[in-house]
Amino acid sequence: MKSRYDNEMELHFLSKSSNEAFARITVAAFAAQLDPTIEELADIKTAVSEAVTNSIIHGYENTEGIVKLKATLLDNVVEIEVSDNGKGIEDVELARKPLYTTKGNLERSGMGFTIMESFMDEVEIQSVVEIGTKVTMRKKIKKEVENEEGEELEETELTQENTLMNS
Amino acid sequence: MESSFNSEDNTLCVSITEDIDHHTTEKIRRKMDYEITRFMPRKVMFDFSKVSFMDSAGIGLLIGRYKLIKLLGGNAEIINTNKSIEKVLEMSGIVKIIPIQKKKEIS
Ligand SMILES: Nc1ncnc2c1ncn2[C@@H]1O[C@H](COP(=O)(O)OP(=O)(O)OP(=O)(O)O)[C@@H](O)[C@H]1O
Ligand SMILES: [Mg+2]
Repeated sequence: MKSRYDNEMELHFLSKSSNEAFARITVAAFAAQLDPTIEELADIKTAVSEAVTNSIIHGYENTEGIVKLKATLLDNVVEIEVSDNGKGIEDVELARKPLYTTKGNLERSGMGFTIMESFMDEVEIQSVVEIGTKVTMRKKIKKEVENEEGEELEETELTQENTLMNS
Repeated sequence: MESSFNSEDNTLCVSITEDIDHHTTEKIRRKMDYEITRFMPRKVMFDFSKVSFMDSAGIGLLIGRYKLIKLLGGNAEIINTNKSIEKVLEMSGIVKIIPIQKKKEIS
């Protein structure tokens, strides 16, 4: 029988910029259960930071709102959903383009979605103007050594502890 | 942020001492602009040895500072980046205008 790792968490927080670090660190600690490499964890942290910051500065434009973050672990895939009830994106295809930004005057570089797309395996954007935006991202955690199922579980638990201690 | 100015070679070394995201850039930006306009250096070195995390907010921050440095007749480079920060920098293409200097310079 195939052992299937399965877990889920959800977080709601105010659209305050101080929560950007809180959100990415929380997701990284949660995803550490899948025993990712340091580099994979850094990728996840960066992608979460991009999506959460977008909800705060574009979605709510610094007014107060709730950002929702949901993370799911299924087998060796981490799925992260970041959503807001903010102003929405008019043209999603345009927004995805590298260097496209509506806030160039505030020294935004327009690289957020490009970073999410290259650091994660899949990025879906759903957005409705005046309703809100939901970004769903997935990343497969690639195990370096493929073990027998029984062994893998033990090793995962051990290295998971190490990863958390080192982070 | 910590900085030191070497008047012999007209170089300002700026060491960032926290993670760089949208939340922290405003404060870092103000301090950097103050030091840059005060010394008008020929060269600015951005030292990343104390930075463990940076997202796209850092790209905007660096491009903005580069414009100011350039305006005052100087240039800039980046030192002591970790692997994931390098990845963000390289993806943005900013390394073409602010190169990453691989070996730490002894001053
Ligand atoms: N949650 C959101 N709500 C409303 N608009 C959004 C949202 N996320 C992104 N956008 C729009 O998409 C554009 C592109 O986003 P992206 O993250 O790629 O760049 P940026 O945020 O402008 O700059 P950077 O992320 O490099 O600092 C934004 O300028 C904004 O107009
Ligand atoms: Mg962004």
